[in-house]
Amino acid sequence: MGGRPWTDAHGRIPSGGVPPVAGCPRGGRPGRLPVVIEVSDLTKRYGSTTAVDHLSFAVRPGYVTGFLGPNGAGKTTTLRTILGLDAPTGGTATVGGVPFRTHRRGLHHVGALLDAQQVHGGRTAAAHLAALARSNGIGPRRVDEVLGEVGLSEVARRRIGGFSLGMKQRLGIATALLGNPPVLMFDEPVNGMDPEGVLWVRHLFRRLATEGRTVFLSSHLMSEMENTADELVVIGQGRLIAAESVRGFAARSTRLRVVVRTPQAAEFAAVLTAAGAEVEPEGSAGVERLRVTGLAAERIGALAFDNRIMLHELTTQTASLEEAFMELTAGSVEYSTGGPR
Amino acid sequence: MSAHAVRPRDRAVPAARTLPPVRFRDLLAAEWIKMRSLRSTFWSFAFVTLFVIGSAALAAIGDYRNFPHYSAQMQREHGFALSDAFPSAGYLGLMLFAASMGAIVIVSEYGSGLIRTTTAAVPARGSVVLAKAVVVAAVWTVVGAALAAGAFVVSQAILDGRHAGVPITHPGALRGLVACTLLGPVCALIGLGLGVLIRHSATTIVTGAFTILMLPTFFSQGRRWSADVNHLMVYPAWWRLTIVLGPVAPGDFQFASVAESWIVYAAWPAVAIVVAVLAVRRRDV
Repeated sequence: MGGRPWTDAHGRIPSGGVPPVAGCPRGGRPGRLPVVIEVSDLTKRYGSTTAVDHLSFAVRPGYVTGFLGPNGAGKTTTLRTILGLDAPTGGTATVGGVPFRTHRRGLHHVGALLDAQQVHGGRTAAAHLAALARSNGIGPRRVDEVLGEVGLSEVARRRIGGFSLGMKQRLGIATALLGNPPVLMFDEPVNGMDPEGVLWVRHLFRRLATEGRTVFLSSHLMSEMENTADELVVIGQGRLIAAESVRGFAARSTRLRVVVRTPQAAEFAAVLTAAGAEVEPEGSAGVERLRVTGLAAERIGALAFDNRIMLHELTTQTASLEEAFMELTAGSVEYSTGGPR
Repeated sequence: MSAHAVRPRDRAVPAARTLPPVRFRDLLAAEWIKMRSLRSTFWSFAFVTLFVIGSAALAAIGDYRNFPHYSAQMQREHGFALSDAFPSAGYLGLMLFAASMGAIVIVSEYGSGLIRTTTAAVPARGSVVLAKAVVVAAVWTVVGAALAAGAFVVSQAILDGRHAGVPITHPGALRGLVACTLLGPVCALIGLGLGVLIRHSATTIVTGAFTILMLPTFFSQGRRWSADVNHLMVYPAWWRLTIVLGPVAPGDFQFASVAESWIVYAAWPAVAIVVAVLAVRRRDV
C-alpha cells in the first residue's frame, strides 16, 4: 500500500490529484485561502498497530474544522503528529508549510489542548500557565488575561488537583490561547463541561475562527460538530472518510425517510415499490407501519390518494448527522477489516 | 450560519507579528517557576538538609562521648573530625534523595502527560532538558553548599568541646566541603538523565538507587581491575575527595587520585545529560 494516494471513504482518489480540502464551502473559490494545516499521506504505526493509515487532508483558516471519528480512529495520533510530538512513520504533517517541530518555541504558532488531565495537580493554575508563558517569552500579564478569558480568575491561586474536568478543560484552553496563535487545535475540548461551558466554548471557537484563525477540534460526537464546526474531516480506522463542509456532509449523507401507517399496508407497499421506493414494513398485522425511503411525503400522499389507500399517519423523519456519521464510520470499519492490512 | 459572513481576509490574521526573541534564559525561568511552585520541593530540601546536618551532629556527638576512651595519639590527631564533618550515612542518604528528586523533575512530567504540553510549547526538546539540568544543578549546588557547610560547622562546634574540631583551613577540609556540596548536583543530574531515558517513576528511582548506591559494592578494591572499576563510581569518588591520605606507596591501586575523582564527578552527570538530550530528540513524546 506504500505510496498509495489519498482516497476517500470509498477508496476513490479525489479528483484533481490534490489532497481533499475542508474549506471554502460558501461559494469561495478553492485555493484562495492558504492551507494552514496540511497532512499528506500520513502514516503512523506503533509496532504492528497502524494508528493512522495514509491520511491526507488540509485545514484552512477562518473556519472551525471538526475532526471526527469514533474512539480509536487515530484522531489524537494525528494531532500529536501535527504537533511534532510523534514522528510520522510515513508522510508529512505541516503547519503553515513547515513541520511544527522546526519552531524553537511553539505557543506563538499553534495553541493546543491535547488532554486536559495532563497537568501537575500540585501546581496552581497561575503557576502552571506562568511557567508555560515564560518558556515562550510571554509576560505574566497575558497569564491573567487568558485566565480571565476562560473564567478561571477566581481559582487562579488554587491547585489544579482540585479542579473538575470542566475547569481543567478551561485551563487547557487558556494554555492554547497564551501565545495568541493563528492556529488552534483542541482534542475533545468539551468533555466534562457543563452545558453553560459547552455554549461558551462554541462561541469561543466561532470567535477565534472569525478572527481569521485556524480552529481544528476533534470529537467522537457528531452532534457536537453539528453546532460548532463549518468544516469536517472524518476519519475511521486511521483513514480518511470525508473532508467537506458540514452542510455538504449532511446533504450527502442524510437520507429522508417517511413513515406511513395504514391498514392496507401490503397493498400500499406494492404501489410504493412500483413507484421506485424502498419499503420496509414494521409493526403488528392490521395497522402496519411502512418505512419508506426514496420518495418524498407529498408524492407518497398523492399515490395513496390515487390508489384509494387510507392513511393514518404520514411522517417525514430526518436522519440526524449523528446517524449519518455512524453509518459512514460503521462502513469504514467493515471496509477496513476486509481490506489489506 | 450568517455568523461566518466575516471573511478571514477582513480581519487581521494574527500571523504577521513580532515574536518575542528565543532565549534560553526564558526556559531557565520557566523551569524555576515549575520547581518552586511545588510545595514538595521545599519540604524535600528541608528534610535532606536536616538529614545530613543531623547525621554529622550524631557522628560528632558519638566521638565527643567516646573521646575520653580514645588513645592519646588519636586524641592528639583527632582524624575523626573530618569524617564526622562528612558523614557517610548522611551523604549516602543525600545521594539517594538527590537522584530521586532529579528524576522526579522530568518523570513527573512524563507520568502526568504534562511533557506533551511542555513539548508543544517548546518544540526544542533538547533545550528543555538542558534548562531542567541547569536549574536542577544550580538549586542543588545552593542546597548542597548550605547543608555541607551546616554539617561541617555543627560537627566541629560539637567536637570543639573536646578541642578536637578543625577549621576549614585544615588540610583536606575545603576539598571535602566542595565534594560534599557538589554531590547533590552530580546525583540529581544522574537522576534527571535516567528519568529522561526511563520515563517511569518507580523504575527510574530504583535504577538510580541501584546505580549510585549498589553498583560500587560489586567491585571490591582487592584486584586491580575491580578497584579501577570501583573508582569510576560516584560514591568512591566522593569518599576519596573527603579523606586525607598520607603518602601512597607506588603501585598501590587501592586509592584513586584526587584528579581522577574530580573527573568521575564531572563525567557521570555530563554523560547522563548528553545521552538524555540525544534520546529526547529522537523519541516520540
